[in-house]
Amino acid sequence: MRISRLNTKDATCETEDAVDLGLLESLIKKYKGKKGNLIPLLQGAQNIYGYIPKSVFEKISKETGLNLNDMYGVATFYAQFRLSPVGKHIVRVCHGTACHVQGATAISDELIGFLGVKDGETTPDRIFTLETVACLGCCSLAPVMMIGDETFGKLNKKKTVDVIKEIKRKESLAAKEKLTDNISKN
Amino acid sequence: MEKAQVIVGLGSCGLAAGAGKVYDEIARIKEADNLDFELKKTSCIGMCFKEPLVEIVDDTGSYLYGDVNVKKIDEIIDKHIVKFSPIPEYIVKSDKYESPFKEYFDGQVKITLRNCGYIDPESIEEYEARKGYQAIKKIANEKIGVQEVIKTVLDSGLRGRGGGGFPTGMKWKFANGSESKEKYIICNADEGDPGAFMDRSVLEGDPHSVLEGMIIGAYSIGASFGYIYCRAEYPLAVKRLNIAIGQARERGYLGTDILGIEGFNFDVAVKEGAGAFVCGEETALIASIEGERGMPRKRPPFPAVSGLWRKPTNINNVETYANIPWIIINGAAAYAKYGTEKSKGTKVFALTGKIKNGGLVEVPMGITIKEIIYKLGGGIIGDKKFKGVQLGGPSGGCIPEHLSHTIVDYDSVTATGAIMGSGGMVVMDETTCMVDIARFFLDFTQKESCGKCTFCRIGTKRMLEILTRITEGEGKEGDIEKLEELSIQIKDGSLCGLGQTAPNPVLTTIKYFRDEYEAHIRDKKCPALNCKKLLTYEIIPEKCTGCMVCKKGCPTQAIEGERKAVHFIHQNLCIKCGDCYSKCKFDSIKVY
Repeated sequence: MRISRLNTKDATCETEDAVDLGLLESLIKKYKGKKGNLIPLLQGAQNIYGYIPKSVFEKISKETGLNLNDMYGVATFYAQFRLSPVGKHIVRVCHGTACHVQGATAISDELIGFLGVKDGETTPDRIFTLETVACLGCCSLAPVMMIGDETFGKLNKKKTVDVIKEIKRKESLAAKEKLTDNISKN
Repeated sequence: MEKAQVIVGLGSCGLAAGAGKVYDEIARIKEADNLDFELKKTSCIGMCFKEPLVEIVDDTGSYLYGDVNVKKIDEIIDKHIVKFSPIPEYIVKSDKYESPFKEYFDGQVKITLRNCGYIDPESIEEYEARKGYQAIKKIANEKIGVQEVIKTVLDSGLRGRGGGGFPTGMKWKFANGSESKEKYIICNADEGDPGAFMDRSVLEGDPHSVLEGMIIGAYSIGASFGYIYCRAEYPLAVKRLNIAIGQARERGYLGTDILGIEGFNFDVAVKEGAGAFVCGEETALIASIEGERGMPRKRPPFPAVSGLWRKPTNINNVETYANIPWIIINGAAAYAKYGTEKSKGTKVFALTGKIKNGGLVEVPMGITIKEIIYKLGGGIIGDKKFKGVQLGGPSGGCIPEHLSHTIVDYDSVTATGAIMGSGGMVVMDETTCMVDIARFFLDFTQKESCGKCTFCRIGTKRMLEILTRITEGEGKEGDIEKLEELSIQIKDGSLCGLGQTAPNPVLTTIKYFRDEYEAHIRDKKCPALNCKKLLTYEIIPEKCTGCMVCKKGCPTQAIEGERKAVHFIHQNLCIKCGDCYSKCKFDSIKVY
């Protein structure tokens, strides 16, 4: 059932970051009082924060009069909504039929092994979040994964890991540059 | 001489295959070498197996290049554009050369996909240049009445392309007959079937045709507002739809008193779905637009009577709407010319899986499945043995090889136990395990069940548990019968299409591949060598060179052997990870 996607850790928003609620103003203004506004509000909020923090639920509810229960019910029903922070890069592995028969499970297993996280989890350095999706619609390139807006097709285990390694390399380079920048500034 | 055109296919498949980079490279060469040609974009032309695709049109003809990459494009531009000599080896279709994929093209009739791959989907002018918005103009200019439009759609024999197969004209007639000041029209673009991407390609490649179909639908039923409910996983489709809507507003195809038809006011908005397969069901989709959890509602009342915000509502699928303008322009008879007695026109299929020419095909109804797979699809990858084809995604069923002479029409496909569905066609060969496929679909429907009906919520869970057990070698006598019994109860006890069809993949695989189930349960063997836990790995002594690669890699130290001596796998320690099998360079490990 759809609701079983939730694990208790997600549901309590344990790891909440400091959230700037001011960013919500224009979103709330746009949708306040309109019928059918609940989903667009949640989608908009997730676009801002990457997930929907608890305080955002409360703020939207307070400002628009939407029932907090309804909001939570909707947010946990749809696969799109996240209640905990995600990594910088969301790795979405396609598990559509075409990808399944072409070995998507092996790709997921490889990523689980390499990143050390399970489906739906984020790496401790908050760089990667691993997700499984039903179908990305690029069936002829199966098996497929999508990172950000970029799709990688005709994967095998090695190619998959290479893509991740490349992103990791870029990330660590960027981190290093930031560090040296900071040092030179000081 | 007219300027040559270089057209790059920038649909989702193309982009995934690297078409964006090819486009940038062409733009770079054009700029750097100051070349005189027009660089244009189009969307998917259906040949996903040859992406990225670049078409060059000059005064000698049109040339479609396949499998293009950044390196190849330099060569193509240099030879074709600069030196006027096309490169036949790279060409997949041309009016000058015989295409190596002749059968792929000749077997198709393009009505729904008439513009896909020919126009820039972000340009309303290009759509108009190919008879775009002529249908609604015809209605306005010739003052064609509402009833006549509905009659044309009825006579065309067009049936709902989302899978249900309900006559579209009939649906419109019902919605038209409902008395209300406020009515809605909805386009169901929540294509969630794993293995299907027809709607995505139409939305990305020809958004205006869908929009025009909706405008005609709105005129027919008297709706003043429409929604396109599109999957959020299709960002490109959403973007192009929004562009199309903006352009249509500017040109007066949306707005008030459209094209001078007095009192015909209509506008459209895109609603992004939030990721729930069940929202493909019309009443669940309505609940979702209203901002609730996407749970189906009881029918009757049908949406035609009480739908969105409890007002009369008409819902059709993307492909259905895309057909409408063509039918209005060319007439009902021209459409009904194609197809069989009860299924008229053409159908788009997403051909995927173990097939050589994977991609989109649009075929006339009545063609056999065999023809689609062997003629258009080019046969099975690696020329392996064709086992069956899954039609209709998780709601559909599996049609085995010995029934591949089945023709594509709603009733013939239903007779096999599968459904036409929205058009996903996943081809499977001898290496696909049918029990695993059934488990895969059940896993999907079980996760996507909204939880409203007990039978669907708990029944699918129990079925999944049994199937998982069977694929893990824990199957018991009586499991097959239990699956069949549960299937019947879930079908009877569920409110919406999701539950009513969820057992189909299991029922059809049991019907046609019972021996595979029995092999799993009785012999604890997977004939397709797919279910990991049922495999046995063994070293062939004659072939083993004692290189020790497998031994080093084995995670459980199940392999014994000295350097240059034959190795041995201890079956009691082996966890069947297959690592040794994939690493052995001498093919000295057999799996059975």
